[in-house]
Amino acid sequence: MPAVIAVLGRRGADFASAEDAVQEALIRALETWEDDPPRDPKGWLVAVAWRKFLDATRSDTSRRGREVAVDAEPPPEPGAATDDTLRLYFLCAHPTLPSSAAAALTLRAVGGLTTRQIAAAYLVPEATMAQRISRAKKKITGLPLDQPGDLATVLRVLYLVFNEGYGGDSPDHTDLAAEAIRVTRQLAALTDEPEVAGLLALMLLHHARRDSRTGPHGRLIPLAEQDRSRWDTALIAEGVGILQAALARDRLGEYQAQAAIAALHADAPSAAETDWVQIVGWYDELLAITDSPVVRLNRAVAVGEADGAGAGLAALAAVGPDVPRRAAVAAHLHERAGDLAQAARLYAEAAGVAASVPERDHLTREAARVRQLL
Amino acid sequence: MRYLILKHYQGGPGHPGMDYTPMDQWKPEEVDAHMQYMSDFASRLQDTGEFVDSQALSAEGAFVRFDGEGKPPVTDGPFAETKDLIAGWMIIDVESWDRALELAGELSAAPGAGGRPIHEWLEVRPFLTGAPGKFVDHG
Repeated sequence: MPAVIAVLGRRGADFASAEDAVQEALIRALETWEDDPPRDPKGWLVAVAWRKFLDATRSDTSRRGREVAVDAEPPPEPGAATDDTLRLYFLCAHPTLPSSAAAALTLRAVGGLTTRQIAAAYLVPEATMAQRISRAKKKITGLPLDQPGDLATVLRVLYLVFNEGYGGDSPDHTDLAAEAIRVTRQLAALTDEPEVAGLLALMLLHHARRDSRTGPHGRLIPLAEQDRSRWDTALIAEGVGILQAALARDRLGEYQAQAAIAALHADAPSAAETDWVQIVGWYDELLAITDSPVVRLNRAVAVGEADGAGAGLAALAAVGPDVPRRAAVAAHLHERAGDLAQAARLYAEAAGVAASVPERDHLTREAARVRQLL
Repeated sequence: MRYLILKHYQGGPGHPGMDYTPMDQWKPEEVDAHMQYMSDFASRLQDTGEFVDSQALSAEGAFVRFDGEGKPPVTDGPFAETKDLIAGWMIIDVESWDRALELAGELSAAPGAGGRPIHEWLEVRPFLTGAPGKFVDHG
């Protein structure tokens, strides 16, 4: 369905009309295919949807007493299908859309999810999500589908969708992490940008650890304590393979660098055998690319492991006080430095500003644990 | 009938008798026992079909008030005093007011420091979900 919308878009249809036309064509398909299945279902859908679109446009324009300004069906071009779907990605993640709307529209139009599924995944009422999607569609309706967008925005949206699914894995909700991977796979097949491959590798490497990240009742298990035998080695191998091919292109970007860090963790047989020196090196690369305070914070953790808690605390001094999870990192480094009273105080402070219940509970437990050692 | 079970930071205003030891000063196994109890309670209600929703709120926030046309809203906060703030809630859908009270009582018996029930005061409030114009009681 996304591919069909994309073909109509390339021929000049705006997004909303193209989607309506495809819906109508699908209804027609349900009515007729059982008795008379087409040899080329996609070609059939394109042809019927295009006709529906022309009909709708004609009745629309004739109502307004104007001439039809749409060309007759153009001949198919080689490679056009690929470019069409790619354009749809760019449109759904258009920079004019707020990120929540871009994410919903991407899942709807490129991912093929229903509005109900998307609403369930984001824990909002279906009517709210329908409205969010419909407003997003209206916003991009004037835009022709033939303007290549910004790939970085598309990747950012997919990364957000993945992260949204990273924390919660309630079984009765749509699995956003898996959907993000599926859609990123599609995108990686359409383009040979190393950063797309980097993002896909990053997702696969994180997803490989998913089962070991939480214990019974959603209890959070930090990386160092995870049962590494439960990591999905097939996903890790795939992620590492994709990453290596991307790195070989020698066009480093933030997702490749993050995936490289994830790969080094995945590669360590135990937490103690982690190659922290190399990880610090990748954080330095990442800082050179993004200079983000979150990266600086994570780098301080890596420095603490590679060069000792004192060096980690020195690196932490460069991180602003308002960066999320700073107190938790400070608590960890102070504990390693032997300052248990300070660590217990900071763990409790970190629990007070935690962004999720599992994180809050985990930090409360850490505070209680360190206090016992005093 | 739907009921909201409201949990306040530090037990709610004017309700002495609760164990106020902050959780980070409990023993780790006491923290675990408490969380296990809460989690078991929610799963049990899911099994009986009485669970609707449960959410926790951060202690960080502010009070906000309109301050007249063209002026930015007034904020009071972040909260200096967390005593009477809502910490979270559970929504249940049960047969009767008595069942709602029974469940809230169970939730309040969650173990705290030293394994003793924390005796937390919980606020139970019926939703206004009756059909319009129809007499609705709590029964």
